[in-house]
Order: sequence, then C-alpha cells, then structure tokens
Amino acid sequence: MAMDLERVVEQARETFESGGTRSYFWRRSQLRALKDLLHEKEAAICEALKLDLGKHRVEAYRDEIGFLIKSVDHALQNLKKWMKPEKVSVPLVAFPTTSEVVLEPLGVVLIFASWNFPIGLSLEPLIGAISAGNSVVLKPSELASASSKFLATNLPKYLDNKAVSVIEGGPLVGQQLLEQKWDKIFFTGSARIGRIIMTAAAKHLTPVCLELGGKCPAIIDSLSRSRDVKVAINRVAGAKWGFCSGQACIAIDYLLVEEKYAPFLVDLLKEKIKNCYMRPADLTRIVNKQHFQRLREMIEDPLVADTVVHGGSLDQESLYIEPTILLDPPLDSEVMKEEIFGPLLPIITLKKIGDSIEFLKGRPKPLVIYAFTNDEKLKKRIIEETSSGAVTFNDAVIQFALDTLPFGGTGESGFGKYHGRFSFDQFSHRKAVMRRSFCLEFSFRYPPWNERKLQFLRYIYSFNYVGLLLLFLGLKRCSST
Amino acid sequence: MGKQSQRSVGEESAGEVVMGLRESFASGKTRSYEWRAAQLKGIIRMIDEKEENIMEALEADLSKPKLESFVHEISLAKSSCGLALKELKRWMKPEKVSSMLTAFPSSAEIVPEPLGVVLVISAWNYPFLLSIDPVIGAIAAGNAVVLKPSEIAPSISALFSTILPDYVDSSCIRVVEGSIPETTALLAQKFDKIIYTGNAKVGRIVMSAAAKHLTPVVLELGGKCPVVVDSNVDLKVTSKRIVVGKWGSNNGQACLAPDYIITTKSFAPKLVDALKVSIENFYGENPLQSEDISRVVNSNHFARLSSLLDDEKVSGKIIHGGQKDEKLLKIAPTLLLDVPDDSLLMQEEIFGPLLPIITVDKLEDCFDVINSKPKPLAAYLFSRNKKFEERFVKTVSAGGILINDTTMHFANPNLPFGGVGESGVGSYHGKFSFDSFSHKKAVLHRSFGGEVSARYPPYTPRKQKLLRALLTGDIIGLILALFGWPRS
Repeated sequence: MAMDLERVVEQARETFESGGTRSYFWRRSQLRALKDLLHEKEAAICEALKLDLGKHRVEAYRDEIGFLIKSVDHALQNLKKWMKPEKVSVPLVAFPTTSEVVLEPLGVVLIFASWNFPIGLSLEPLIGAISAGNSVVLKPSELASASSKFLATNLPKYLDNKAVSVIEGGPLVGQQLLEQKWDKIFFTGSARIGRIIMTAAAKHLTPVCLELGGKCPAIIDSLSRSRDVKVAINRVAGAKWGFCSGQACIAIDYLLVEEKYAPFLVDLLKEKIKNCYMRPADLTRIVNKQHFQRLREMIEDPLVADTVVHGGSLDQESLYIEPTILLDPPLDSEVMKEEIFGPLLPIITLKKIGDSIEFLKGRPKPLVIYAFTNDEKLKKRIIEETSSGAVTFNDAVIQFALDTLPFGGTGESGFGKYHGRFSFDQFSHRKAVMRRSFCLEFSFRYPPWNERKLQFLRYIYSFNYVGLLLLFLGLKRCSST
Repeated sequence: MGKQSQRSVGEESAGEVVMGLRESFASGKTRSYEWRAAQLKGIIRMIDEKEENIMEALEADLSKPKLESFVHEISLAKSSCGLALKELKRWMKPEKVSSMLTAFPSSAEIVPEPLGVVLVISAWNYPFLLSIDPVIGAIAAGNAVVLKPSEIAPSISALFSTILPDYVDSSCIRVVEGSIPETTALLAQKFDKIIYTGNAKVGRIVMSAAAKHLTPVVLELGGKCPVVVDSNVDLKVTSKRIVVGKWGSNNGQACLAPDYIITTKSFAPKLVDALKVSIENFYGENPLQSEDISRVVNSNHFARLSSLLDDEKVSGKIIHGGQKDEKLLKIAPTLLLDVPDDSLLMQEEIFGPLLPIITVDKLEDCFDVINSKPKPLAAYLFSRNKKFEERFVKTVSAGGILINDTTMHFANPNLPFGGVGESGVGSYHGKFSFDSFSHKKAVLHRSFGGEVSARYPPYTPRKQKLLRALLTGDIIGLILALFGWPRS
C-alpha cells in the first residue's frame, strides 16, 4: 500500500517535470472536464452526500455542486488573464531594464479535504491547483466515505490521471503522505491536525495553506424595522441549521445580543425553527457517532443542560440532534470553549452591544465575525478593533460564494487564502524576472572604489538626477555628504 | 544545572518581552497611520544621523568596503523606508472589490490589518539591511516587532540595541540580542508572523517551531545561484557584472551572489580570460591586500571555505587565485574549472570567494545541471539569444531570474523578493513587505433587502430552480424561475 502511494507521488512528479501540466490547453481541458463531471454526475454526488451526511439535495447543490460550477466557470473565464506575466515598473536609474512577475506552478500539490463539504472542499482547491498548472494528489476525508469513493472512482475517468490522483484512507495514509516531499500542502480541517501537517511540512520546507476553524460569533444588534428583523432571523437560522446543521467552519457558532433583546430573539428563533427546521429530511445529520457523542456531552453538561431554552433532544440511531438554543451557558463550559460544529446555538447576553468588541478581544481569532446591525459606528469598530479571517454584515455564510473575496483565516483559524484568483495565486510561485541590456554601463558600479563613485551613488539613491548629471559632466565636485 | 537555569531565565525574558509587546499591540497604538509614519521617520533619521556608526560597525563585523556598505545597506534601507513612508496611506486603504449577482445587493472590500507581534530573525552578511528592512515592513503594516540580529555580526547587533530605542517606540519595537539559546527561547513564544533570513537547516527549525503556534512564516534562504553564459555576449560587460556580483557582494557571502558558472567548453577559455582581467582591474594584482573586498566573516567560515578548496577533488582545478591569509581572514578571488559535481563545492552553497566554472558541450545542457540541484534564490543568464532567454525563463525555477546582469533585481522594490522550494517561502520588499505582514480581511456589507426565500428550507422544486439560476449568474433562468416557468 505504501509502495503504491510512493508510486503515485512519483508519477505525479514525473508528469509535472515532463511539462505535462503547464500549457493553457491542458489546464483548460481539465477544468472543462471537471465541469462535465459536475453536470453529468450531479445525481451521484447528491447520493454520496446523502449517504455521508443526510444532506438535502438543495444544500448539496447550493453549497457544493452549484458552488463548484461557478468556481470552474470563473477559472475558465479568467485563466488566460491569470497566467499572463505581470509587468512591473522599474526605477528610472535602472534604465534600460524591464521587469515582470511570471506566475509558475509550484510542482506537486497535496490536498487534504474535510468531511463536511467533502466534494466542495476537495474540488475547490483542486480547481486552483490545476489552474496554476500543478499536478495534484487529493486525499478526501475518510469520514465521508461515500464521497471519497465517488472521487476516487470518477476523477480518474474525467481528468488526466497521470497528473491528478486520489488517495483514499485514514490517518495512517495521511501520515504516509506527509512523509513525501511536496511543493505545497493545502489542508482544511482542525487546528490540531493543522499543527501536525505544518510540522511535517517543515522537514521539506514545504509551504502550507491551512484553512482551519474557530467559533464564529454573530453579533445581533437591535434593528428598528421589523422587516430587517425577519430577514436577520432567516439568515441567522439558515447559517446554523440550514448549513450542514452547523457542521461548518463558517457556520454561526454563537450569538451575542443585548440582554434586554434576548427573550425576543429566542422567541423569533423558536418560531423559525418550528416553521422551517423541524423536518429531519431538510436537515443534515451529525456525521458520525463520535461527533454525536461529543455534542451530546456538550448539552448534557449539567451546567449547560439548565440553559437549554429550546430543543435538546437527541436520537443516536439516526444521528439526529434537534435544533437547540441555549441561553447564557457558562463561558468556561465545553460548548463555549470549543468550536461547536453542530446544531447547538448558545446566545450570550451582554449589557450593551458594544461590549461584544471586548468580549471578542481576548478570544482566538475566528474564521468570520458576523454582525447584524445598521449602526455604522458599530460596524467601523468591528472592522477596526476585532480580528478575524473575514467580516460579514447583515448576512452569514454567503461571503464564501464570492470569487472576488479572499477566503481564509488568521491566527488560530489558519493562514493562506483561496477562492477565485486567490486560489490561482496560492498554488503559484511568483517569479521575479528582470532583463537588462549590455549597453549603458556605469563605471561607478565597479571597484576600485573612490569618493567620486560614492558620490555618484549617493545621487542615484536620492534620485538626484541633476546632481548626477553635473557630476557626470565634471561640473560638480565631490563632497563628503 | 547552571545551563538549565540560564535557559529558563532566557525563556522568561523572551516571554516577558513578547507579553509586553502583545499588551502594547492590544492597546491599539500601532494601528494608526500617525504611529507607523512616526516610526518610519524615526528610522530614516537614525540612518541619516548614525550613518558613520553603522559603517564602522559593518567594517568591524565584515571588513565591508565603505562603498558596499553605503550602497547595499544604508541606501537600500533608506530607500525602502522612504518608499514605505511615501506609499503608506495608499497601502493602508481598503481595496474595493466587485460582488456578484449571487450576493446582490452588497458591497465588498479587502481591509489590510496588522497580524500582531512579528519576529524578525536576521542574518550576518547584510546585518543592517536584513534586520531593518523586514522591521520596516512589519511596522508599516502596523505590527509590534521583535528584532533578533545575528550574533555573528556582533557590532551591528550591539548597535541596534543601543540606538534603535532612541528613534522608535520601544514599547512596540524591541531588540533581543543573543545566539542559539536566546533564539530558541524566542521561538518557543507565540508570534503572529516570523520572518527568517538564513540557511535552510535553521529555516526548518524555525518553521517547526512556528508550527506549534500555527504561525505563518517567511523564510528567505539561499541556494546555489547559477550563472549561464552564452557565447554571443559583450564579454567585457559580462565579466565585469559577474565579478562585481560575486566579489562585490560581501565577497561572495550573499544569498544572491553568483555561486557557479555554466558555459560551453568552446567559450570557457575566453570567459576565464575576461574574468581574470576584470578581477585584476577591480582588485589589483594582489587582491588579498585590496581594501575593496570584504573579508571572510570569521574563522569558522574561513575553515569551511579552506576545506572546500583543499578537497583533493577540487584543489587541482584551481585556475586562478587560491591564496589565503588566515590572520586577515582573506581568501583571494578564486576561479576553478570543471570541479566534479559530487564535490562539496558543487553540492553546497559556497557563500565565499570561490567561483567554479562548469563547462558543457552545448549551452542547452545547462538545464540538466541546474535542475539537478535544489531551486536557487536567483538564476542568471548572459545571452543575446532571445529564444534561449525565453526558454531559460520558462524552464528554470528560481526565486528570481535576471538576464544580462547579476543581483540587481534585489533593488527593484516593485519585484517580490523571495525563494521557492529550498530557497524559501514567501516574499517581501516594497508593497510585498506590507502584504506579507498584514492580514487581508474580507469584509462583505449586505443589506437587508434582496432577500431570497429560496435560500431556506423547506426546499421546494421552485426554490431549487431559483437557487440554481442565482448561483450560476443565470439571469434568464432567474427570471423564469421567479415566474415559475421551467427551464431544463
């Protein structure tokens, strides 16, 4: 098995080194083939996601298939532009010189995908890696085994399988892969594994991109228009229970609200759940027993169980947990210390909404901070005084669908960014290229050194062209300054 | 026992330093334009007022010729700082980006924000520049900084400790001197970014330490920078540029200095003659006495370079130079011809005044030689053949490529400076410094209008059609779905 793995990596490297992945035509053909796969295999993908997560077709399309089609289209439309070298200006003193930045592939890329969007989080980085001209080894998450099997079976049918391979398996396979030398490793998952990956990458000086998680808060301000309130509730609920049941790095983890509005908010959320989130068929289930157990322990903590104001029921058979609202669970409980990654929604109350800034300051930086407010001053404070991968006002989750915004974390939520052009850049090396000619030589570049040459250089560096000219013409004497 | 307590004292100090900086950063004072500009102005003043002291320290640490110190360290540092000051407002401004139909109505922007506390670990060969330049970038981006200068350039290290606090806000910018124990103690702390300039071995140690805290790194490493010389060149200019790029860059002790030459068997004699002429013109008949060339930095490196030369595979290949003076720590500019590839000289970065010339049958064979070695920081080509030049740029992977000159691309702040593969991770200089030390935060402003109920369950077929259309930006499909008309 290990031998096969080595052989796969070797082949990817040979293919890359033979130049097989560099041409525009190859990259375009692979992207088109991916698009075909997404269109032709839509039903099979939905089936796999249903098996792995009980994901509804709409979530599957909205968050994975449709999202990927959009990304592939964007890459196809822009690929020529992205591949073009960028002309760069040169200071006049270096005349005659031209400079540019050439984008070149890094080589052989390893992508680790996570289980919650097993197709999306495999193929979105793949789109970037292929666009940038690399060969790729993809390791899908073993926790989403149907999706992993789907990718292992179908990617070779559509893509150039000398350049793009899928290796299935669990932590042991992951470990074996990390022992190989890669030109880039792209990882989506937890901070704990992120550390392991970066440590392994350090042995080969392999650059990494880590897309991790965190507790994404949503600050809910008082909204004067009832229509705004209605929309806010839709969006908050959707970003929790309508989004892989909260098992997503950018799902809303918990809410921050002024204590006087909390009861009102709780009522609205309860109503929303009753109207939209009661049918198990509409909701993604918990991925497996371990995560179910983890979430169960969070709710069953006696200090936390007391704070449940809605939901709280669990069904181990079907791995279903009811949409649950908690009001002011203790801040040192598991549910408030760890990323929830499930359908539990704690609401933390504050005296004034501005206190949310202080609340967030001491905490690890999340992937996103959400805020529902029309208060421009508060928005400004949030942007300037908090730190997170991203900030989204008056909506949630949707920022990940924009190809023009970089997607990535900071601090504990990771580093490196992708989506759209940022994917292409993430998997490229920006090579500086400068071209000079043989004409126009300046003697002051060369030893033996003397004061006159030093003076020339002083003028050059202060861009003092007049002084330079005079010195050159012998009309100016050297000075010591 | 004594060593143990020394290490724990070291850790406590490092911890205290970083904690103090974290508090300063948390207070928000490093974020304003005014604070950043004041620090940059302070650094420029420092370079102006202390130029003599800096040059003296460089002389003491490296016997660096005054002109090299001025051009490569003082001037580059000053112009980097000047550029940052000039562009700072523009760099700090959020960048508006377009948002798509999917998210209509909305507006989006990318807001640069500081990372927090940055660690700069500097190198000994350009000890002033490679310390202050990353610090300039980190400050411009609004971070607090710890600078750890190299202990192998002790005068510059001490100078930073003494003078920097007089010119910048030392509640946010600190110098920590020391060697391995102090660096290890620093690396055990949590930083928000680490930039390290040095060799690949220590680069790995830095990245491993950073991994514990998930700290992103910039590693500016080295490699064997090849110079490929074609026969159709202006030989005089070519040889001058190679010689000054090699021995005029701290006597070859520079990550960008030409490491070895590749040329054709037929052209080699001409090239060698031209190089010898340039070497003599620049450094005289007795280069060990020339004041225009740096010394080898210390006896360790002298011993290292001596043993490279004394290696029996190598010593017979010397065709020019080879003289050494251990007391003065000087080795004459030395040319070698066709040293075997498995010698240490051809396997490791030389970082000294030895220049091997490898000959090949045809120039195209250079690609095999270059690609058999790890990717270097820079690759140089002297040629008038445009086709060959294009092939070179396409085929050779390096941090940077320079055609018909050496090392100069370093001075263009509009080019990213950094390596790839073994030569490093990340880049800096100019705006790339600012970007390297910033987090580019995506900010999306949505309004409450434009609500699309299709986003939410229960998921009806109509909603599904609408979503499909929205996601693919399909306006017609969108309209049809809104009206409830099918579209296959």
